[in-house]
Formats: sequence, C-alpha cells, structure tokens
Amino acid sequence: MILLTNVTKTYNTGKHNQFTAVDDVSLTVEAGRLTILKGPSGSGKTTLMALIGCMARPSSGRIQLHNIRTSFFTGADSRAPLDITSLPERFLTEIRRTTFGFIFQQFNLVKGISALENVMLPAYPTGESQGAFRRRALELMELFAVARHAASPVEWLSGGELQRVAIARALINNPAIVIADEPTAHLDSKLSREFMEMVGTLKAGGKTVLIASHDPLVYDSELADTVIGMRDGRITGLSGLS
Amino acid sequence: MSTPLNRHSNILDFALSSLLRRKSKNFSLLVVYTLIVFVIASLIFFVQALKREAAQILKEAPDMVVQRMVAGRHDLIPVAYGEQISAIRGVTAVSPRLWGYYYDQVFGANYTLLVPEKNLLEPGSIMIGPGVARNQRIQAGDMLALKTSRNIPLLLTVQDLYPSSSELISSDLIVLSAEDFQTMFNLPAGQVTDLAVTVANPREQVTVAAKIAELFPDTRPILKSEMLRTYDSLFEWRGGMIVVVLAVAVLSFIIFAWDKATGLSAEERKEIGILKSIGWETSDVLLLKFWEGIVVSLTAFLVGVVLAYGHVFFFSAALFEHALKGWSVIYPQFKLTPVIDVYQLTVLFFLTVLPYTAATIIPAWLSATVPPDAAMRS
Repeated sequence: MILLTNVTKTYNTGKHNQFTAVDDVSLTVEAGRLTILKGPSGSGKTTLMALIGCMARPSSGRIQLHNIRTSFFTGADSRAPLDITSLPERFLTEIRRTTFGFIFQQFNLVKGISALENVMLPAYPTGESQGAFRRRALELMELFAVARHAASPVEWLSGGELQRVAIARALINNPAIVIADEPTAHLDSKLSREFMEMVGTLKAGGKTVLIASHDPLVYDSELADTVIGMRDGRITGLSGLS
Repeated sequence: MSTPLNRHSNILDFALSSLLRRKSKNFSLLVVYTLIVFVIASLIFFVQALKREAAQILKEAPDMVVQRMVAGRHDLIPVAYGEQISAIRGVTAVSPRLWGYYYDQVFGANYTLLVPEKNLLEPGSIMIGPGVARNQRIQAGDMLALKTSRNIPLLLTVQDLYPSSSELISSDLIVLSAEDFQTMFNLPAGQVTDLAVTVANPREQVTVAAKIAELFPDTRPILKSEMLRTYDSLFEWRGGMIVVVLAVAVLSFIIFAWDKATGLSAEERKEIGILKSIGWETSDVLLLKFWEGIVVSLTAFLVGVVLAYGHVFFFSAALFEHALKGWSVIYPQFKLTPVIDVYQLTVLFFLTVLPYTAATIIPAWLSATVPPDAAMRS
C-alpha cells in the first residue's frame, strides 16, 4: 500500500517561474489493485507518479510505503511503513530499482542494443548473476510474445512490440508496483486494448499497478479498481474506491 | 547471488556492448589514441635504448680525458704533459691518444680516424666500420685511398670490418696505425690529440682533475661522469628534437581528451537519463563510463606500447632515424637492445589512461547528477 498525506511539489521555488505541479494531495493506493490517475496534460499526474516512484522528493507532505523489503530496512522494522520523503538518494534508488517497475510514455528504450539487453538493463547494477536475470528476461519476453525479437535492435521493432519490451523491462527485477505514464499515448486502439490485457495479467499476478492516462480506453476499463481525477495539481474526484 | 563482482562484471559487459554500438566512433578514437601512445612510447624506448648504448660505450671510455685548450678550442697536447700527470698521486696510467676526423669530398661523408692504444695494425692496414664499408662500397682486402694533409693519396688495405653488432659505435670508424695517422695529418713531433688518464679510486677523480688543471692551466680534464651527463642531457626528455615530438604528441592528446570531455552527445545524455530512471545509481553510471574509458584507453595504451616496442627494437625506429640518429651521410644500421624503463612507462600510463578515463567520467557525472524524473518528462 502507498499512502500520500498532503503531498505538494513545487518547482523553481522562490524564482519568478515558480509553479506547483502537485498541490496538497492525499490518497491511498491499495496493494494488488489497478489505480488510474486521470486528467488532462499538465494536471500533475506524471509529477505525482514520479514522487510515488521515488524519482523526486515532495516539497512538503509525506509518502509512506507499506510492506516494502529493502536491504537497509530489515527485521521487525520491515512491517512498519517506510517514509520515503526524506530518504537519501542512494536509498531512493534502491527502492526504485527493487520495488517499482516503470513504463514510460516514450518507452525510453536504449537504441543500438538488443531488445533482450534492454529488458535486462535494470538488473545490471543489482549484482545478480547475469545468467539468472537473462533467463528471467527471456521468460518475460516469452510471456509478452516478443521472444523472437530478443536479439534484434529495438529500432527494428513496431510500436506494440516496443511497448511489450518496455513492460518486460519494468518487470525484470520483479517489482511489487508497476507505474505506467501515458502507456497508450503512442498506440492505436487495438494495441491499447492489448496493453490493458497485459495490465490484467499483471494485476492477476498480484502486482500493484498505477497508470497515468487521459485515454478513455484506460480509465474506463473494467480492470480499473480506482480512478483518481486530477486537474491543476489537485485531486478533483475519486471513483471505484472499495 | 548478488555480489559486487557480479555488478562490475555486468556493467563491464554492458560497457563493451555500449562501445560496440558506436563502432566507427570508438574505433577511430582508439586509432588516434593508439597512434599518440605509439609515438610517445617509441620515443621513450628509443631514447632509453640510445642512453643505454651510450652508457655501454662509455663503460670502455677512460676515467678521464685531458685535452689542451688554445684560445678556448681543443688543441694538440704534448706527450710530456702525460709524464708529469702520471706522477700525480692516485693516477694509475696515462695513455696518449691519436684520433681525428676526415672529410671525404667524393662521398661527402665524415669518418672518424682512430689509432688503437695497442699496436694492432701494421702500417698500410686499416679496420673499418660497416658504415664506411657501405659508403665506399668496399670490403676486407680492398684498398681505400685517403688524401693526406699534403694532398698526397695514401693507399690503405682493409684488413677487416667491425661487426654490425657494434655499428652504433663503429659505423664511421677507420682504425689505422700511428705511422699512417702521422702521414695523414703530419702532427708536430711529441704531440697527440689528448691523454687518457686512469684513476683507480673513483673518489679521487675529482681531486686528480683539480690537480691537473692547477698543474697545466691550459688543459681541460673531462671526467667520465661528465661525459655520461652530456649524453644524458642530449637524450633526455628536454633534448631538442625529442621535446618537439613529445610536445606535439602530448598536445594532440590534450586536444583529443578535451574533445572527448566536452563531447557527450544528446543521445548519450538521454541514455544516462534512462538508466537513472530505471534504477541505476549515479555511481553505476560512473562505473559504466569508467569501464568504457578504461577499455578504450587501456587497449590503446597496450597496443601503442607493443607497436612502439616492435618499431624501435625490431625495425630500428625506422620512423625516427633520419631525425634522431644524427648522422648526415653515414646512418648507422643497428638493432637496439631492448630496454624498458618501468618508471617512464608508468608515467606514460598515468599521463594517458587516467586523464582519458577522467575525461570520460566527468561529463557523464555532470549528466548523471540530473534528477531521475527528467527522463520521465523527456
């Protein structure tokens, strides 16, 4: 579970171009559910996901992660919620690497290397043996039907295939939470539906999935457990919360 | 199992893959870099080998040479000086020496004429160096005509040639008898070119030299250590041509490293952002760039040094010989004995591998310190 309490993110504080991307947001993201952040461009969805995904720190407020296992947060403490708001960068990176899997709007795959290497990329600095995560990467590529492109450079792949490689990459370190930012922005309706089917697979596998989207195919999906509306950095509505 | 070794091995693996996908750029970098290391390492090997050869020559040199000076120039010295010098305490022996230079107008070459200390040759016989033999196109048994100071040809028979292994010393050498030397140059009676003085105790050499200078104010005693120093300064880093070549090579390297340091492409910056966003720490990105830098610079260093070794010790520094061997007509053809100065190679290693690696890491570090959410917003 992820708990946000009065989270605000302000950029360029004290400068003439200061602006608040996320303004006093409090919400709960339930474990094992699909939560969708819905809203127009500039509504603060991406910033909120970056804060949750330990990519940035809030200017104020608290973000707590429950049931997170890290190398620095062990023993009896591991059952207590972990406040990530003021953790040093090194710890945030570890949480980002082990707890979250990211699917970006532009896919953010590295050109010139194979699809398989792209999938393995988040695992390289973990210190795990390459044989182990290579096997896992191939299994994931098999699951998402891109195994035949394992050796191909990513430039050769279609939009849908790139999307699937990006999903496989997000799952290589077996994260508990998957974050996807506008995942269907570059896909046609058919591929968008396929993507939602894959999200269904992830959800069925027990993953917590958080998607930011203004695509009705996503936020109107039957799979969505919670849909949070956003505008101007604030929450405007909440639906489907059980 | 997670281990730091796995982390290094995985990131090194990705560094190699990263280098391979920019094949042409990295290969051209490697070629330029190798060339620079090759030039500098060749110079180091060449100079070290020449210094060693010089030291070998001087091993046979007398402890001290006494020359007479007239108006600040080297002049003939009376043999009688030697008798008084040998009476100085500490002097073991004094040998008069006869040597000089001969310019052959036909072949445009300068030869060194030398009378050996022991009477090895009969009048009319000579021994010549390989350079003279090549220049005159003669061999053992042939005749060589030299023009005396009275403009009379002196016919000499080549008794033997010096072996090519001694070519660095003997290339331009003609060894002849004292009688033939006298015929050639018509020296005044009782005068020789200089005196070779042997002093058994090396610690006494400076004192003996001072005593000689006091006894004969018109002489200049030259110690073997001074000759060694002259050779050293001739061939060391600061020596003329070497410093020019070295400066050009070092300058090329600085321009090259600077270009690299400021040349992080937009694509490379974007990739660093992606790596950060998918969970790479800044230190992981720096480790990646470190391995990339090490792979390029260490390969260039090793290949450059090996090529330089072959160039100097197997091909007699063919690229440098005309500039650095110093003969105008008679170029000695010799194989240098391999000498490796570990200190200088270590200096070269630190001057090339480390700055290049740093030049690779610094711009990456600047890019890697951007917040990871930047990639999400790109």
